[in-house]
Amino acid sequence: MSPTSAPSKDREGGAAPDSRKAVRGRAARRHPFARFLVRRIITALLLALGITLVTFILTNLVPGDPAAANLGQRAIGDPAIVAQWRADHGLDKPLPQQYLVHLSGVLHGDLGQSQQSHRPVADDLAEFVPATLELAGAAILISLILGVGFGVVAALRRDRLPDHILRVTSLFGISVPTFWLALVAFYVFFYRLQITPGSGRIDPGMTPPPHVTGLYTVDSALAGQWDVFASAAGHLVTPALVLALYTIGLLTRFTRSAVLEVLGQDYVRAARAKGLPGRVILFRYVLRPALVPVITVAGLAFGSLLSGTVLVEAIFAWPGVGQYAYKSATSLDLPAVMGVGLVVGVVYLVINLIVDVLYGVIDPRVRLS
Amino acid sequence: MRRRQTAPRTGGLLRRLPEAWRRPLAIAGGVVAIAWILIALAAPVLAPHDPLAQELPRLAPPGPGHWFGTDQLGRDILSRVLYGARVSIPLTLLLVALSVLIGGLLGACAGYFGKWVDETIMRLADLVFAFPTIILAMVVAAALGASLGNAVLAVLVVAWPAYARVTRGLVLGIREREFVVSGRLLGFSAWRSLRVDVLPNVTGPVMVLATLDIGTALLLLSGLSFLGLGAKPPSPEWGAMVASGVEVFDSWWVATFPGLAILTVVLAFNFLGDTLRDALDPRTARAIKERAI
Amino acid sequence: MSERHETAAGDGVLAIEGLTVAIRGKEILRGVDLTLEPGRVHGLAGESGSGKTMTGLAVLGLLPHGARVAGRIALAGRDLLSLPPKQLNAVRGAEVAMVFQDPATSLHPMLTVGRQLTEHMRHHLRLSRGEARERAIDLMRKVRIPGPEEAIGRYPHQFSGGMRQRIAIAVALACAPKVLIADEPTTALDVTVQAGILRLLRGLCDDLGLAVLLVTHDLGVMSAVADEVSVMKDGLVVETGPRGQVLVEPRHAYTRALLDSLPENAGNAAAATAGAEPSEGEPA
Repeated sequence: MSPTSAPSKDREGGAAPDSRKAVRGRAARRHPFARFLVRRIITALLLALGITLVTFILTNLVPGDPAAANLGQRAIGDPAIVAQWRADHGLDKPLPQQYLVHLSGVLHGDLGQSQQSHRPVADDLAEFVPATLELAGAAILISLILGVGFGVVAALRRDRLPDHILRVTSLFGISVPTFWLALVAFYVFFYRLQITPGSGRIDPGMTPPPHVTGLYTVDSALAGQWDVFASAAGHLVTPALVLALYTIGLLTRFTRSAVLEVLGQDYVRAARAKGLPGRVILFRYVLRPALVPVITVAGLAFGSLLSGTVLVEAIFAWPGVGQYAYKSATSLDLPAVMGVGLVVGVVYLVINLIVDVLYGVIDPRVRLS
Repeated sequence: MRRRQTAPRTGGLLRRLPEAWRRPLAIAGGVVAIAWILIALAAPVLAPHDPLAQELPRLAPPGPGHWFGTDQLGRDILSRVLYGARVSIPLTLLLVALSVLIGGLLGACAGYFGKWVDETIMRLADLVFAFPTIILAMVVAAALGASLGNAVLAVLVVAWPAYARVTRGLVLGIREREFVVSGRLLGFSAWRSLRVDVLPNVTGPVMVLATLDIGTALLLLSGLSFLGLGAKPPSPEWGAMVASGVEVFDSWWVATFPGLAILTVVLAFNFLGDTLRDALDPRTARAIKERAI
Repeated sequence: MSERHETAAGDGVLAIEGLTVAIRGKEILRGVDLTLEPGRVHGLAGESGSGKTMTGLAVLGLLPHGARVAGRIALAGRDLLSLPPKQLNAVRGAEVAMVFQDPATSLHPMLTVGRQLTEHMRHHLRLSRGEARERAIDLMRKVRIPGPEEAIGRYPHQFSGGMRQRIAIAVALACAPKVLIADEPTTALDVTVQAGILRLLRGLCDDLGLAVLLVTHDLGVMSAVADEVSVMKDGLVVETGPRGQVLVEPRHAYTRALLDSLPENAGNAAAATAGAEPSEGEPA
């Protein structure tokens, strides 16, 4: 931050409008951010490639013969059939070539066949992914609203009672085992108190809304089926809250320290010196820069939310990717597990890309320089 | 700003430590953590029953003789929870120690040598970060087969990159500082300057991260066991015990007590870690948080 | 200097009397008296920690949390120290404005220059968006930012340090305040641009009849623009008087010591010494 870093640009008395600089400024206005984004997208694509490589290697690490797992008892006895099957699936070729075959399959949406459901993994995922996205999406929304809100309150009431209370509760939030909390919530609110609906995405006997996005709350609202919407939303609340608790705690702690740091900045003092009302200072001057580290963490936290879905879905019988992954992993259904890994990894990359775009939206320095 | 940082930072942390230990949260966390470690050591003495013996009435609610009740096989849950500390706590500590060692070493190499070493290690770390932890751990555990050892290995795979990133960042910051550069100019080897100049300055922040990570590692490990990818049935592992409680969830005590055990251990270490983090200077603290979560 | 304000001199637009400030039991200011007059630049000198900056902050009620203040700060018949927060907020920016040391940190990096120029005008003066914009362009012209129409759409980081400080001055002047507190306004700047900023401040003071409190540790800067000079030491004003008298024939031993510590030619070459020791780290 040396003020002497650009002495030549600021000769005193240079009052003449420098039109050349202005034009260059306009031309450079969009490009740096575009270049930044392209770089991030390329990184993301490379990582996606890496993910396919990892899933492929892990598949090949597994002891056991995939032919044996996929062919029936009778066929396995016939070497000709086995050889034919291996040739069909490219397993007779050297590993690098097998990887290319695997990769081209992935690119064509072929993730292999699930040994459990005997359906293409891609079809299974298409069915389960929306349920998980609805759950995780609701959870991240709840976390952002509550976590950022709590964090701001804690920072503004620093070292006073609300701050201490929020500190202990947010540490509780990041310490509770999600699977256990899910069980406790299910037991207390559904089984004992009977104030929340049970497992699943909607009440039994109710027809799911017409498929548009696959998110029941959104689809039912689009179709105007408000009874279905109420049921779907009701079923969503408890698992989403359980899932969100960890992220709420995390975001509370982060928002607090981010806001505290911004509050100490010169520009906040300058804003006070301008006599702006407190609420304007908070929302315009403090929150915006504080959100930069917060969205970074929120992006990373989305990953932990996806992890959490595996545990929460198991308890609430939520028909999502988490349950699918759980069932596949315990029955060693490798194509399915790898498919899940791939999809989840890609979702995660997309989230990170969104975070990068948000950087540019929030901070003009990222966008313009 | 830059000039002020040339002084080694460990001194600052050590000076602020005693103050940090006096905070109520740190005291509470410390007491509970030590209590659990003692329980892990003394479980055979403390436990009223054999944790594996199926000798009590089945699914008996908490009461005299079996304060935490019994499970569906007639085993004493209190004894199992106490013995569970012997399974989870040493494994978690080992796990974190190994991730610190592996991640710290790789991160230090990446930061110190730079160039392709840095590229390779950090892209690998990025790759791991691209997977949500449980899913990756599940993939690893599923590929290697379900066992507690493999679960530890799986968590290790997802845990090291956090340390690699933190250490790399710290080493990068320290590498160019005068006392390191002058050491190199005096002709000391790279290894010596890593060990003597760099290492002491990195330990403080890494220790804080490790304390916070004990909780995370235990949550992951017990989560994998809960999913059936870790400890095998008779073992009194807390996550697995919660899982067995799911099948009989109207006997609430089966799942509640092992869950509380996990909660208290994780909470204790998080209380400790959070206070220690505050004791670090804010810049380092923020760097840790940003790179590690 | 401005003859037309000669009549107003004497009563003062801002009068600080017996100002004391204590933070956590430690006395920072121990009874400061200062009078600012319209159209005059009042220099406040002293080493780091002598309480110069605290005096400036106290006027705007921007002291750090837990500071205890006593005394009187009179602005047009009102005591700013006893004003309720809401009314004090109406004074800030509107009647008393401030320019901070480092424009790189005192302007918000994520808001356009135009936004930061207009928001308090719209708040204090109830201007419409268009009126505020027009006035902002005017202000930018007044502080000599090239291409003001285009410049107000840009962000602070797109300007150089000197330009940023000019913008910060424009922001301070937006609501036509009577008093401007400039806290080390040239310390963070490059030597080559310091003189320009000082000339601008001087000109604005003369043209607008502003009362300026120029806080600086730099006696070179002081001698270049100040009409009156006060010297502070350990929370007290040890000497006050016209520039010529204080800087040439100081009465107080401390002032003499300060002057002696300067390079030979300190008295006449303002810009030469200004950048010699930028004390960026800690505001006094």
